[in-house]
Amino acid sequence: MNSSAVSLKEIVDSAVAAQQGKVGALMPVLHSLQEKLGFIPAEAVPMIALAMNLSRAEVQGVIGFYHDFRTEPGGEHMVQLCRAEACQAMGSRDLELHVKQRLGIDFGETTDDGMFTLEPVYCLGNCACAPSIRINQGTHARISASQFDQLIAGLEAEE
Amino acid sequence: MSPIKVFVPKDTTACALGADEVAETIAAGAVGRGIEINLVRNGSRGAFWLEPLVEVETESGRIAFGPVTPADVPGLFEAGFPGPADHLLAQGPVDSIDWLASQQRLTFYRAGWIDPVSLDEYRSMGGYKGLQRALEMSAQAIIDEVKESGLRGRGGAAFPTGIKWQTVLDTPAEQKYIVCNADEGDSGTYADRLLMEADPYQLIEGMTIAGLAVGATEGFIYLRSEYPHCQAVLDEAISRAQQAGLLGDSIQGSGRAFKLELRIGAGAYICGEETSLLDSLEGKRGLIRFKPPLPAIAGLLGKPTVVNNVLSLGAISTILADGAAYYRDFGIGRSRGTLTVQLAGNIRRGGLVEVPFGASLRELLEGYGGGTASGRPARAIQVGGPLGAYLPESQWDVTLNYGALTDIGGMLGHGGVVVFDDTVDMAQQARFAMEFCAIESCGKCTPCRVGSVRGVEVIDRVIANQDREFNLKVLADLCNTMDKGSLCAMGGLTPMPVRSAIKHFPEDFGA
Repeated sequence: MNSSAVSLKEIVDSAVAAQQGKVGALMPVLHSLQEKLGFIPAEAVPMIALAMNLSRAEVQGVIGFYHDFRTEPGGEHMVQLCRAEACQAMGSRDLELHVKQRLGIDFGETTDDGMFTLEPVYCLGNCACAPSIRINQGTHARISASQFDQLIAGLEAEE
Repeated sequence: MSPIKVFVPKDTTACALGADEVAETIAAGAVGRGIEINLVRNGSRGAFWLEPLVEVETESGRIAFGPVTPADVPGLFEAGFPGPADHLLAQGPVDSIDWLASQQRLTFYRAGWIDPVSLDEYRSMGGYKGLQRALEMSAQAIIDEVKESGLRGRGGAAFPTGIKWQTVLDTPAEQKYIVCNADEGDSGTYADRLLMEADPYQLIEGMTIAGLAVGATEGFIYLRSEYPHCQAVLDEAISRAQQAGLLGDSIQGSGRAFKLELRIGAGAYICGEETSLLDSLEGKRGLIRFKPPLPAIAGLLGKPTVVNNVLSLGAISTILADGAAYYRDFGIGRSRGTLTVQLAGNIRRGGLVEVPFGASLRELLEGYGGGTASGRPARAIQVGGPLGAYLPESQWDVTLNYGALTDIGGMLGHGGVVVFDDTVDMAQQARFAMEFCAIESCGKCTPCRVGSVRGVEVIDRVIANQDREFNLKVLADLCNTMDKGSLCAMGGLTPMPVRSAIKHFPEDFGA
């Protein structure tokens, strides 16, 4: 076993230990791993299963069920575009085309430079001021194509 | 002179419109001008069209300015802010803003007035009076009070809350649970989020009372991951309530326990369905369970469990503090208390409207909404979330209550109202309803899992005008299968937006 695998095991074990004895601990464990690692590596699945006395299929099944859990690294910034009805009513279908073109990627993809990952989201609860996007932890309201470009340019300039 | 209190909401929508930057600019501007202010980050009042809505405490009450951008701040100071400045954005006393003053705020009574995580401020506006009273009552007396109030579940299904609680109380078990369904996934709804961000103790108090009523010592709030700010507020509020002895092994020294834990979903719409939510809480895939058994009999980990929506639990503190009659006297027929409508989509004055049941959709649209944001004529309104019907103008005089909407083939659901102007393509909206179901189906039952995928394909053929009449028949048949054969409301109600779109807007389907 190489050194990075050992450290992954340590990370998994400490994430599991932190939720010890809790009802349905697998979800909080997966959230905490994704927060630390940015995604849930395939190698972590048997480790989680062993530490939690679950089958690998159970762990894999949960990771696969929920949209939030990633099985590969994402970009530095997560861009989530709302595709739900209230945003559609304010032009999100056009915004979606623009966003994909501006970033040069489709949903579920990451830009070549590793800066941005684009994901759809179904409602950010900001429906009175649509269309909405979320970049990392921040939600943005009434986003036009040019405002989106400004936000992206701002993040690119930080590099 | 004591510092002047200035309020800038810390709410997801307010911040999405720049409230954090406005707060920073005001703080810096005050320092630069040598004005001593006490900047409070309150919750939003739900008048999102006025956000960021900045308020200042004066001797004669609060005055408001909005919507304020950071660029407006220097001009505001020059006009006399934080005093009663004569400025274009001045809205006058908060109490005189008709959009807010004409509402009947019961559940959202405190929203916007207080610092959301301040227990003192919560108490100063009647908070924890309900719990105080509940601690002196028997479990049955609490439940009788809730039954008498006429409260029905606000998540969408409108099941009488008191009857659900009675079932849990009457089912013997060593452990029972209270679960709050805060997986507010419907597009066009944000009332739960607003309440939790503006007044989190109201939910915590309601859950604690529920625990006393049914004999549950543990509770969970299942919050969707799309609400990160809400998560931060709830974390802080739960921790403060624990420190103050309002949660834990002995609530207010009563010797009775109630522990509360916040859990975060992971982006699955289906987890808003109560049995799917319970599986998710147990750390599993969020699959629908067969009913019966009801969660009230065998819920979380097979134990009797109350699963209630945020607004249902939120109403509990009012009902216990002010009595069942106070709550029941608002509303009409079997719809008691207040109605929380969320105006969303293409709307000029979007936001949260809490009024007694009985108003018509049109009154709310015109009176509060002020028409479309685009200025074009409104054409379709989807009421009740992504599984609700699209209503044409001929139906906008419907009274907003559970029964009236059901009568016209729609549903009130969680009270989301999404307005579309005349640029909407209803065939695309019908297609999206099926697409959304295909993306979010848990996969357990075939009508939903396969039907939704086939639904997208059939609608595509209708749009492409391939065997149009035949494919519309296939679609009607498919909707029937999903409606009658699905295990839960996801597959069962997806036909509602599809059918209503075809029925009321046939011209968009090539008719």
